[in-house]
Amino acid sequence: MTDPRKAVALISGGLDSLLAARLMLDQGIHVEGINFFTGFCVEGHTHAIRKQHRERPKRNNALWSAEQLGVKLHIIEVIEEYKQVVINPKHGYGAHLNPCLDCKGFMVGKAREWMEAHGFDFIVTGEVIGQRPNSQRRDTMPVVARESGAFDRLLRPLSARLLPPTLPEREGWVDREKLLDLNGRNRKPQMALAAHYGFHDYAQPAGGCCFLTDANYSRRLSDLWETRGTKQYEFDDIMLLKIGRHLRPRPHFKLIVGREEGENRFLAGYRRQFIHLSAVSHEGPLVLLDGEAADEDLELAARITARFGQGRAAERVTVEVTDRSGGARRLTVAPLPAEEIPEGWYL
Amino acid sequence: MSRHQLDARHLLCPMPVIRTQNRIQALLPGDELEVHCTDPGALHDIPAWCRLHGHEVVSASSTGDAVTVVVRVATNRDRA
Repeated sequence: MTDPRKAVALISGGLDSLLAARLMLDQGIHVEGINFFTGFCVEGHTHAIRKQHRERPKRNNALWSAEQLGVKLHIIEVIEEYKQVVINPKHGYGAHLNPCLDCKGFMVGKAREWMEAHGFDFIVTGEVIGQRPNSQRRDTMPVVARESGAFDRLLRPLSARLLPPTLPEREGWVDREKLLDLNGRNRKPQMALAAHYGFHDYAQPAGGCCFLTDANYSRRLSDLWETRGTKQYEFDDIMLLKIGRHLRPRPHFKLIVGREEGENRFLAGYRRQFIHLSAVSHEGPLVLLDGEAADEDLELAARITARFGQGRAAERVTVEVTDRSGGARRLTVAPLPAEEIPEGWYL
Repeated sequence: MSRHQLDARHLLCPMPVIRTQNRIQALLPGDELEVHCTDPGALHDIPAWCRLHGHEVVSASSTGDAVTVVVRVATNRDRA
């Protein structure tokens, strides 16, 4: 008996990749999953940070998918390499700062490298023609196959019968007739297939699993690039964009305001890198000040800090301001009334 | 068999899982890895990853914000 052919399946944690991998298992293919952590993955970060979410059961959806399938899952951190995809996407952005086509090409390319390094035969994705406006179109699917270097070793089982036969099909490793011809954004066929396989409680993230598809997050990232005058970021930058309220009262500084205890604790881990403020006369948030601030700026920041704390209705609130070297001073200020915070300050 | 420590505190999932996975690749079958985390998600995610790869979770516990998972590397692994 010959060893089964081996496929590495991109597992996002969503339904389509789960089904695509399952179809391969049905055909006797040895499947292992691969999942990439870019730093922009939605994967539960805000839930992990925010205390009010801690009582909810939390899971990594890619690991959950792999457990449903009974396959190994390799989680690969690609934070540094992924920067070029976000900063300079060859094919541009989608509706926000989501470089979906470049992203898919990058991930399939990394999967190809993994496939070659581990002696696997082909790559499987959950892509469906017409599912996404940019990366999953009939005309862009060959782009992903070509630019990733996977070429005809890239199989999309959910739409395979609408696409030219790939190597695994031509060689008879998989039976093309048992693959699917899904097309478009209608999710009913996938949901029916999930029910057939007994997959329940699968993740259905609105807008996908990437923060870059989120309008608010993209606005914060654009602001970061514009104010720094350079289109770069570090991992800590993109983590902080996920957390708290972000307000830019002046072009030369912004404030990150913790919304609850969990966020305050998370932000506290960064306090030595920033000027930071917190009320001492009342309960309130920890606020990081990103940028440079003169005395009048610090007073404004203190008034905003007071505005988001328990002393918001008080006449005066005492706020401690700590600089990056740890030197602290106290300012007693009037909380800034909500109506004096223009909507345009919020990022 | 030897016991090893991994500090994954202040990392958010999936980073503790990734660090665990990468560290285990360098260990020998039967070795134990004690992983210290602060993300409560690690209490679920590291054992889930271990189940998929056949590694044994010796213990998994949390006290306050501290999560500790002890993993014994599979004796029959072909690859982590």
